[in-house]
Amino acid sequence: MRRVMVLLFIALSLPVFSAVAEEQQPKWPGVDEAVVEKYARELGREARDPYINTDQGDLLLFLFALSGTVGGFIMGYCWHKVFVVGKLSRNSEE
Amino acid sequence: MTLRLVLMLSAGLLMLPAQASAMHISEGILPAWWAIFWFALAAPFVAWGVKRMTACKAADPAYLPLVGIFGAAVFVFSCFPIPVPVAGCTSHPAGTGLSAILLGGPASVVVAFVSLLLQALFLAHGGLTTLGGNTFSMGVLGSFGGLAAFRLGRMMRTNLFWAGFMAGLASDLLTYLGTSLELALALHGNQSIWLVLGQIYLAFMPTQVPLAILEGVVIGSILVYVEKHRPDILRKMKVIKESGA
Repeated sequence: MRRVMVLLFIALSLPVFSAVAEEQQPKWPGVDEAVVEKYARELGREARDPYINTDQGDLLLFLFALSGTVGGFIMGYCWHKVFVVGKLSRNSEE
Repeated sequence: MTLRLVLMLSAGLLMLPAQASAMHISEGILPAWWAIFWFALAAPFVAWGVKRMTACKAADPAYLPLVGIFGAAVFVFSCFPIPVPVAGCTSHPAGTGLSAILLGGPASVVVAFVSLLLQALFLAHGGLTTLGGNTFSMGVLGSFGGLAAFRLGRMMRTNLFWAGFMAGLASDLLTYLGTSLELALALHGNQSIWLVLGQIYLAFMPTQVPLAILEGVVIGSILVYVEKHRPDILRKMKVIKESGA
């Protein structure tokens, strides 16, 4: 019973510890943050906000989703044109 | 079948939206003179690429859908953050090795430039003042380095997959070498340029080596797919010889 209680305590405390750890150091930083901006800062240069700052709330997420969708659509459409329709017309020519 | 599955999974992964953080040098990091210098260095390559693309399009209308596929691929690749567990960071592949092989080196620079411009304008990724520097590292070094590695691989008589693998590896690692060089040249201060360059490039390595290998595998697989389904494209772009060798 005691062992179960200890395990339960550990399991319940894990999210608290991980939340504290997250506050201390963000997880999965981009390499630009971890390397480019870090070294630039050490060498006396700071990054500034973009001229068009879309990094506001969920706006950036929306733009990434949108660009992923549009990019994926263009890729898929052209892929179909080249590797499906193009292949069929090439085979019929042969 | 396995190859198709790998391609479908890769394409599916590429569609996942996420906030990108990667190799692009952020806005304001390069001092004004260096920003102008890299713009001046990248501009002739972009102009050359536009000229080559116009000529290729006029010669063969089927060139445009290829630009659509591989242009979109470079855009998505270069803003797609992949978590690398060994480094605890996210980063992205370049994609310019692939576009350089299938569209030509100069056209690949244009594709990289347009992708970086869109990312700087709308995705808070990279920057307008650092566009020249980012175009030089990802567009020029990534494309021509990847193409050179691919040709070297073919000269060494490796098969298409391994030559594509070498292109992916080289384009990725050279892109980050370019970024490190740009930072070292602009910001080394009183320290040795080579020391700063080495430090920054080494700091990229734990994240970038696994990604470069992944990029190599993806490029090699795509080339094998194209060879299997549309070998005429590879012959047209002089990726393989007329005999298919």
